[in-house]
Amino acid sequence: MSYLVLDRISKRFGGFSALSNISLSVERGTARAVLGENGAGKTTLMNVLFGLYRPTEGSIQIDGKAVSFRSPADAIINGVGMIHQHMHLAEALTVTENIVLGLGGLHSPLNLRRHSAKIAALSERYGLAVEPDQPVWKLPIGMRQRVEILKMLYRGAKILVLDEPTSVLAPNEIDSFLERVKALRDDGTTILFVTHKLDEVMRIADAVSVMRHGQLVAERDIGHTDVRQLSRLMVGRDVEPVRIPRLAAPGDPVLECVDLVARGERGLTALDRVSLTIRQGEILGVAGIDGNGQSELAEIICGLRKPESGSIRAGAAEITGLGVSARMRGSRIGFVPEDRHGTGLVLDHSIATNFVLRSFRRRPVSRLGLINARFIAEQARRMMKRYDVRSRSPAQPARELSGGNQQKIILAREIEAGPEILIVMQATKGLDVGAIEFVQRKILEARDRGVAVLYISTELEHVAEVADRIAVMHRGRFTGEVLPGQATAEHIGLLMSGLSVGEQR
Amino acid sequence: MSFLPDISLIAVLLASGVRLATPIGFAALGGVLAERSGVYNVGLEGMMLWGAFGAAAGTYLTGSPVAGLVAGVLLGAVAGLLLALLCVGLAVNQLVAGIAINLLCAGLTAFLARALFGLAGGGTAVSGFASLPVPYLSGLPLIGTALFNQDPLVYMLPVLVAVVTICLYRTQAGLRLRAAGESPRAADSAGVNVTAVRYVSLALSGAFAAAGGCHLVLCQVYIFSEGMSAGKGFIALAAIILGRWHPVGAVVAALFFGLCDALQLQLQFSNPLVPYQIFLILPFAASLVALVWFNKGARQPAATGMVFDREAR
Amino acid sequence: MTRLRDALVGLRVVMAVAVALGLGSLLILVTGADPVKAYAALVHEALFDYWGLSNTIVKTSPILLASLAVMVPLRAGVYNIGGEGQIYMGGLFGTLASLHLPALPSMIAIPSALLCAMLGGALWAGIAGLLKAWRGINEVIVTLLMNYIAIHVVSFAVSGPMIASGAPYPYSDEIPEQYRLPLLMPQTDAHIGIIFGLVAAGMIAFIFARTATGLSLDIVGKSPRAARYAGLNVKAHIVASMASGGMLAGLAGGIEVLGLKYRLFHLFSPGYGFDGVVAAFIANANPAFAPLSALFLGALKSGASVMQRAAGVEGTVVDAIVGLVVILVAGSLAWKGDLLGGLIEGFRLKPTSADQVNPTERQS
Repeated sequence: MSYLVLDRISKRFGGFSALSNISLSVERGTARAVLGENGAGKTTLMNVLFGLYRPTEGSIQIDGKAVSFRSPADAIINGVGMIHQHMHLAEALTVTENIVLGLGGLHSPLNLRRHSAKIAALSERYGLAVEPDQPVWKLPIGMRQRVEILKMLYRGAKILVLDEPTSVLAPNEIDSFLERVKALRDDGTTILFVTHKLDEVMRIADAVSVMRHGQLVAERDIGHTDVRQLSRLMVGRDVEPVRIPRLAAPGDPVLECVDLVARGERGLTALDRVSLTIRQGEILGVAGIDGNGQSELAEIICGLRKPESGSIRAGAAEITGLGVSARMRGSRIGFVPEDRHGTGLVLDHSIATNFVLRSFRRRPVSRLGLINARFIAEQARRMMKRYDVRSRSPAQPARELSGGNQQKIILAREIEAGPEILIVMQATKGLDVGAIEFVQRKILEARDRGVAVLYISTELEHVAEVADRIAVMHRGRFTGEVLPGQATAEHIGLLMSGLSVGEQR
Repeated sequence: MSFLPDISLIAVLLASGVRLATPIGFAALGGVLAERSGVYNVGLEGMMLWGAFGAAAGTYLTGSPVAGLVAGVLLGAVAGLLLALLCVGLAVNQLVAGIAINLLCAGLTAFLARALFGLAGGGTAVSGFASLPVPYLSGLPLIGTALFNQDPLVYMLPVLVAVVTICLYRTQAGLRLRAAGESPRAADSAGVNVTAVRYVSLALSGAFAAAGGCHLVLCQVYIFSEGMSAGKGFIALAAIILGRWHPVGAVVAALFFGLCDALQLQLQFSNPLVPYQIFLILPFAASLVALVWFNKGARQPAATGMVFDREAR
Repeated sequence: MTRLRDALVGLRVVMAVAVALGLGSLLILVTGADPVKAYAALVHEALFDYWGLSNTIVKTSPILLASLAVMVPLRAGVYNIGGEGQIYMGGLFGTLASLHLPALPSMIAIPSALLCAMLGGALWAGIAGLLKAWRGINEVIVTLLMNYIAIHVVSFAVSGPMIASGAPYPYSDEIPEQYRLPLLMPQTDAHIGIIFGLVAAGMIAFIFARTATGLSLDIVGKSPRAARYAGLNVKAHIVASMASGGMLAGLAGGIEVLGLKYRLFHLFSPGYGFDGVVAAFIANANPAFAPLSALFLGALKSGASVMQRAAGVEGTVVDAIVGLVVILVAGSLAWKGDLLGGLIEGFRLKPTSADQVNPTERQS
């Protein structure tokens, strides 16, 4: 009998079936990769295993014993630990506090010093270096992830679920991270590794389960498969990268930023003298790990944030002092924000209203302050058709749409407003292959119409697919600029972790 | 009046300041617990009133102020649980739920007080706690009366502050409470039952606020009257912010407001020609000014005010 | 779809009110009186008696305006619990205007005095709006504290600088004839203030539903970040909505003086500002429902006075009922169908299905 058995697990949300009939068994001390596209149901399945969601049907057995988790607390007692993609740490508390949280009786004194020593021993044993007395918000993202792992090991996790753990790491951090995970496995920990990255599957897993649309479509031993086969299994067909040959050479510079400096949330420097130029009909890609100043850069250019110093020019005009509206209308800057739910859309409003989110105060959407509901409805119908937004009606709340359809609304609104400059941030994050293709095609089409595009993404492969030039960001600076196809991923990875080319040898 | 008021006047001022600060201090302590666990308790005012009624009713029915105190505190805990049911259990907006609690407590106590104590609600005085001078120390100049010749509830407050502080920062229970307020998601995935933590802390919060109300009845005026909390629960909300969500800080802020109140009373007596209402404004204005002045840099627990729903993102 | 949901929400509120009245009858029973008799007396007095009805209308007007004073800022996501203080400031400014403006004809006198009252409320509420927008200070605490300050300021004014000569209690001089509101029902206290309330409710309902301003407020309230992205000035919306709320509450204070009291009294508002919060609750913050919920509260308050005579029940039972209504309505807002199940599940962590984001968003 296998160590961990998931038996015919199904999970439905309302009428939507997120997981159907999934069975999975994993041997003790092995690493199982769970491979699938965004939206395939991998994380849902893992959340069921960790007690975050309760399965609609099906059962779980660990070490031959049937278990039923009503909460993560139950899962932890049964030796299951999960490292979430977006870390579940209390930022204001210290590393040690986060790790000992929830351990021991309520009345037990904390005795943080004793715990600190034990944590230090554990972290040394697995090579997971942390700073026990620092509050979490001061730590770099890689260290936070190590804290998460220690947190689970410290409470005796025998089964470790890792949900897209490398998505927050730089390429060269990934290597050492994967080594740590292997060491844990060799030490007898059972690993479930959720990812959509094929190379990681090949490097770390003993076996791989492939998911698609909430179903388990294949299971392979790693020795009996290869990247090409896995890719086909994951997507369901062969994928060809989007490539639209460019029609014309880039024109005159449209957007010029000089020496932008900005501070982030806690007063730390977020942008450190960043300069860039984008020409008409050109896409400048910005690659980098999340949180290295990309958000601040995008927000400053579209006017949501004020720089401490530096200047921005759009065409011939100096726009540093202008607000969001003026840049949107006067300088024709479009912006697809990273935060789709909180910024790009008002989820409780209809699709139709979201199409006019940035134009409803002006003609033709409203006249003398009165809103023209008929115009809004007609425009919505038109845009939904052109951008293939699938929904019951334009009156449906944006909340009820899939991520891909939500992104199409934003993209439609920003592109159809006829921008000269388009800032696109994390446009493909969390979308399935079809939607990614669609989004990229629309952006490339805009470029061919002469729009200057700033394409910011943490997904390097997507940046490489659309960009004419790639600038790499690290700690608020551009560490280098490369041409797609002329630089290796390894080279870009080094730039992403802040090493300039000269330092790498 | 001379520019340097004499020592005895200051001693009187301090003593009455400490007394008047005590109900605010209890309520603020309760508020700190609630907000640290992630729930705004705008219902402090109502819970205080509820506790005051409980104290009066309990004492009236049994003749014992101790029983009154117990009754008041228990009723406060019940009100806290009701708030928890609304905003933790049913996910009602926390401000809405707190305001609802205030209105319920105001309405119910007005009705029940008339039903119980007879006409006009003000009729019946109850017995209370006498002050207990601490030998030797109560004779100290300036601070003797203020700190060592007070009623038992005044002495209880610093003890409770110490207990709460130690629990909050030195025990697993306190760590769970703080984590529930900072990041319920983190607490949840570390195996902490966030819902249970918030229920318990709101029950305690209600009990503390009610203890403040008990002090009003059992140690200050010995009678229940409609709306007698008179905004002290709202001042406590300001004290929480000024105290930076720390038990000690909140109670020190409460002490400041109590002193303002005492000063106000003294000014009323020493200036009979000026309409007294102008002085009544003092504690409220002080709270407001203090909020404006010290708000900068105040960082409340990150998740306070938010509903925690495990399956939502 | 949404209309159906609105109807269900409305029904839920009606049920919550019914349950509260039921619990209220228990309270009446406990005091040894007959609840049926008590309620019958209340309803008759409040709605079917000429004098009683006029009294109901007198009480409904300020409650209606005060509830709108909550709804407008709430649309922008700001909680105005300071209606009571704004009513006092409106009363103060309205009285000052009536006493000190020259003897104008009523057609000019009344609007100018009421405008002053609105200005008073707007200034008072605007302070809270400014503190919220620029210093991030919790508006609930600020408006609550400012209530007390306003009440004491008026108290001070009428017992000192404004006190009528020879007055035994703190009140001001009487305002001149031409500043007094015309009566709606002859021989009674019922003045035309209710019309102001109804017109305001209609206007606000229209603004919310049909205008760009209404949509702006709603976007600011639902998602301030999206509002900034849309090019809206979030801070200005917060301050303006708060000041507009204050204007409405100030108007309530103004008509209370110009229509009913004809003087400024110490403690002249018996908590209309808080009743307005309750009315806004019951109406689910929908201005179209505000007249109904205000009428409900006005009738309760006006009928309460006869319950003692007719059924031997303390009129304060009405306060208790109002409290119960609020709690039950607040609870019912979260209720998604199965009440008992909801209560039990409340102790576990279960999602509330209507609030779920799209399930496809929940996956990796």
